[in-house]
Amino acid sequence: MSVLVIMEQRAGVLNRMSLETLTGGAKVATGLGIPLEAAVIGQGVAEVAGTVAAYGPTKTYMVEHELLAEYTPDGFAKALDQLIRAKQPQVVLFPHTYQVRDFAPKLVTRFGRALVSDVVDVKVDNSAVHFVRQLFQGKLNADFASSGDGAQFVSLQAGAFRAAQTHAEMGTVEAFAVELVPSDIRSKAEAPFREAQRSVDLSSAEMIVSVGRGIKEKENLPLVEALAEALGAELAASRPICDNGWLPMERQVGSSGQTVAPKVYFAVGISGAIQHLVGMKGARTVVAINSDENAPIFEVADYGIVGDLFQVVPALTAEIKKVKA
Amino acid sequence: MKIIVSVKQVPARDSNLRVASDGKWLDDSDLNYEINEPDAYALEEALQLRDAHGGEVVVVCAGPERAVSTIREALAKGADRGIHVVLPEDRVLDALGTGRLLQQAVTNEAPDLILTGLQSDDLGYGQTGVVLAELLGYAHATIIMQVEVAGGALRVKRELEDGWFQYVTLPLPAVLAIQSGIKKLRYATLMGIKKAKTKPVQTLEAAALGIELGGVAIERVYLPQRSKQSQILAGTPEQVAAQLVEKLKFEARVL
Repeated sequence: MSVLVIMEQRAGVLNRMSLETLTGGAKVATGLGIPLEAAVIGQGVAEVAGTVAAYGPTKTYMVEHELLAEYTPDGFAKALDQLIRAKQPQVVLFPHTYQVRDFAPKLVTRFGRALVSDVVDVKVDNSAVHFVRQLFQGKLNADFASSGDGAQFVSLQAGAFRAAQTHAEMGTVEAFAVELVPSDIRSKAEAPFREAQRSVDLSSAEMIVSVGRGIKEKENLPLVEALAEALGAELAASRPICDNGWLPMERQVGSSGQTVAPKVYFAVGISGAIQHLVGMKGARTVVAINSDENAPIFEVADYGIVGDLFQVVPALTAEIKKVKA
Repeated sequence: MKIIVSVKQVPARDSNLRVASDGKWLDDSDLNYEINEPDAYALEEALQLRDAHGGEVVVVCAGPERAVSTIREALAKGADRGIHVVLPEDRVLDALGTGRLLQQAVTNEAPDLILTGLQSDDLGYGQTGVVLAELLGYAHATIIMQVEVAGGALRVKRELEDGWFQYVTLPLPAVLAIQSGIKKLRYATLMGIKKAKTKPVQTLEAAALGIELGGVAIERVYLPQRSKQSQILAGTPEQVAAQLVEKLKFEARVL
């Protein structure tokens, strides 16, 4: 019995969310009084496994195979299936990355279990573990339990825990051999690429005015453009605005867009889904303007205005012009 | 090509969400419902693939009686027929429970391709497509921005993190979880709405198929606690604008 954390690496570089997940794993392991273990999967991962061993797990499994050199859902699911059946962990934790979203539900289904995905906090009491998830894009929270025979499978959202610190005592590293044949793997990935160079770099912007669904129509965008111009701020948006084609994708802030850390971030008509919050939580000061007082954006705002953005934004633009004049 | 689109009906985005008295789910007495927006993008992609390659689009939805309106909406937009897996009211499933019901609903259809949205706006598990693929023994790919069909195989563009993308080739039959924004959504036409009324919708009772969960359940639903103490400014738009500028200038010192 153990808590097993599946670490993610690409080309020998450890994904930072994996270290956060290790902290979550340590909390569960301590609460349940069982050891913390980790696994690194890929090909040529000895160095990464050595690094991981310094961060607290008593044992780190190296799951290596030439068919794991490139990520495929078939290969990763089959390899981890063998590891988990052999080691019988009580809890398996993943970082909630795009890669995990792609293969973990497949892996967990093979055990006749459901994955508790995108968890933002973990509570342990009297050997029962409760997993906190957001519902309705952050408008509500819920505690989830995973019961029944077999392991509990859980993925942790970015920022749910601080990254683990290195320990004085190194854990052991152990190779775990897996059996895979080329016919196990049905998909073939080409080399990753980036689209044409971004012309907008929001990551270095000092001030950002960001607009969300509350703007209702593309025709209303000049309202926030005027505010951005008065402030000398960059214009940004939440995902739905870019999905609709109202602003280019390169202006999107969030987990699938840019990560920003301005001095001040104006969230205009943005409800504050977790995918958006992870992209802007580095902002020093957050101003939220939203008509829904329960919108999760107010949880991260320093200054909140509950009201109609179509009235508030023009008033704010006028006021800023006044003080800047 | 036979394409199945899995869609979900969820509370409308502007809903006033209230926790039910037993604290396990929502008080649904005055909720309105709509198609889960990510699934609308999966539907759109399915319709365009059919129009380009021929075949049919079958929309499948697991939900209570009311969910038939979402199936009709998909038919009005151009889907050819529907399958409704009727769930008991207020029954919240885990990802495996939903996947198993959908598997039973679509197995005999033997589709070439199954499309789903990336996640639902209510529970947000983000797993249905991948679970369904595993149960059916189909290949899958997720977070798909583009789909090409050629010679019994798919070449799809996957979104990775931090602005990276990747093309992946996989054989049919397959399941794809479609990223929102892949295509511009269409509206139903009046003609489409009229036609939808005569398109067939097959009904399957979830209770008869057997609901079998993967062990995950909600214990308690509650309003999140605010982690940061925010100052809520009140007054007329002009007053709050003046207060805010004052605070940004002298308190936060960012102007």
